[in-house]
Amino acid sequence: MNFSMFLQHFTNALGLGSMYGLIAIGYTMVYGILRLINFAHGDIFMLGAYFVFFATIQYKIPWALGLVIAVLGATACGLLVDRIAYRPLRDAPRISALISAIGVSFFIENASIVAFTGVPRNVIQPKLLMEPFALGTVRLIPLSLMVPVISFVLAAGLLWVIYRTKQGLAMRSISHDIETTRLMGVSVDKTIALTFAIGSALAAVAGIMWALRYPKVEPLMGMMPGFKAFIAAVFGGVGSVAGAMLGGLSLGFIEIMSVAFFPKLSGYRDAFAFVLLIVILLVKPTGLLGEKLEDKI
Amino acid sequence: MSAERGAKKVRNRFLTVLAIISFAVFLQQAPNLLDGYKIRIMNMIAINAILGLSLNLIYGMAGMFSLGHAGFMAVGAYVSALLILTPAQKTAMWILDPIAPWLLGVHAPFLISILAAGLAAAFFGWLISMPVLRLGGDYLGIATLGFSEILRILITNLTPITNGPLGLKGIPAHTNLRVSYGILLVTLFCTVRLMKSNFGNVIKAVRDDETAARTMGINTFQTRVLAFTIGCFGAGVGGALMGNIITTIDPRMFTINQTYNTLMIVVIGGLGSITGSVVGSVLVTVMLEWLRFVENPIMIGSTQLFLSGKPGMRMVIFSLLLIGVIIFRREGVMGMKEFSWDRLFSFFSRQRGDAA
Repeated sequence: MNFSMFLQHFTNALGLGSMYGLIAIGYTMVYGILRLINFAHGDIFMLGAYFVFFATIQYKIPWALGLVIAVLGATACGLLVDRIAYRPLRDAPRISALISAIGVSFFIENASIVAFTGVPRNVIQPKLLMEPFALGTVRLIPLSLMVPVISFVLAAGLLWVIYRTKQGLAMRSISHDIETTRLMGVSVDKTIALTFAIGSALAAVAGIMWALRYPKVEPLMGMMPGFKAFIAAVFGGVGSVAGAMLGGLSLGFIEIMSVAFFPKLSGYRDAFAFVLLIVILLVKPTGLLGEKLEDKI
Repeated sequence: MSAERGAKKVRNRFLTVLAIISFAVFLQQAPNLLDGYKIRIMNMIAINAILGLSLNLIYGMAGMFSLGHAGFMAVGAYVSALLILTPAQKTAMWILDPIAPWLLGVHAPFLISILAAGLAAAFFGWLISMPVLRLGGDYLGIATLGFSEILRILITNLTPITNGPLGLKGIPAHTNLRVSYGILLVTLFCTVRLMKSNFGNVIKAVRDDETAARTMGINTFQTRVLAFTIGCFGAGVGGALMGNIITTIDPRMFTINQTYNTLMIVVIGGLGSITGSVVGSVLVTVMLEWLRFVENPIMIGSTQLFLSGKPGMRMVIFSLLLIGVIIFRREGVMGMKEFSWDRLFSFFSRQRGDAA
């Protein structure tokens, strides 16, 4: 492998990893606050991709507007999921909410098969993003640079929201102690809804970039990236936004580089994430940047 | 008082034996009474009940949220199929890669292969339980899901042993009503005896309050490993039976959806209830088949009913059902209760009392 090939793999890994990171942020925020694995998150990612497909290719809406519609649509779906399937179970045992999450994920997947048919559809990539240019010895398309840049800007913006605004303070407060936060006059349900909205919007952005990068949409496309992003969230440390990005990037690099250096392993590519999960849970269950979540007795 | 209780015990045992015998007579007659489709559904009910019971042991009784059932079923299905297939079938099937030579001659009769399937699945269960059972709650769920997915990817890629993505075809349809219900009966008997034994109490103690159980001197970790391994044994047996009724298996059969299916049976029936798993299996299996009608166009007069006739619709309805159950009736059909003759009798006498 020569250096320019390595750089090619490097940009691929950076793109894949930052998309994992964006999805992982949604998992990590919801888990940090509700201690709930939002299984439907990967399906919100899928919906984002489908919405942009329908808006721009089926209904010929201009790209810029289509993107906004897709993000808003997916955000609305995320809010709806929280309102219908999770909020009635706030005081139930956590496992019940988890089963509800599995049910929702199952529902969105099958409803999408009914609504969009199970046939994968091709996404037409805008020419502007695909015009290759040379950077030293590497040939790149603008898209593969845009993906990590957008992801990092969004993640940085989110960090600002969490650490510099009142809403962010409320989120952090809920993740520490939900009851006390309620007593302080914070509207807990609204803050949780905001968390779902942010997570879903980021997942939708990731879904759109995914659909452009691997130009195809299908109803089950959210499943694997969803699981992997959750693993990335655990790897980085559940509850930490920076950890989610770090975990996503690590996972992206592990997947791309191990296949790049050992092409024979390509069939096992999807297994790496799960092996990584089991290893991290054994070695450092709190993840790279996570704080210890204490068990309440 | 104790004489009355003794008489009741004799009566209950008598009724149980009577019920089993009459059900056996029904099964004996079933091939004459029912068509092949209905027989197949009856077989699936028994297999799903075995799977439900095994997941219920892990999740309902021992409180370990496992999402790995599909992987252990896959191990069982493949082990059983590989033991049953003849060398001639095997050489004809492996076209991507030649079959591993040691595997070619391995052969075992059906029932032995089922046992081997259970043991193999139990071995894998034991293997993964060592590291992951130290985790609690949903982390355990996601780790077992991951392990199940790893098993599936291994099966897809280890072509010399598993024939890779092509799967195995031409497995003889050994599973018939006698076999499936016979094994279900054994499973039921073992589960009931297990839960009534001291080990059953220990399992429940660990589930309800691990700290307290540990204070009482229970080795909680060992208890969970044992319960998990036994549950995986059941998953392997169920997977093997399933392979022997569908007659073809491939890795795509054993995705997370397979686990969800079993999870629904356990949740709808009632977590921690043996009766519930059987009831849940009947409900889920029959309903999944019955719901097929929504995937055919439904005509009202000359117009087609909105959304009818779309493939995938029954799973939409089914997932809504699961969400509904968990939101509105979290304890499922049976809750933690079990069926007993005494309760049945007192139920009927109460009804009569109300009527009078």
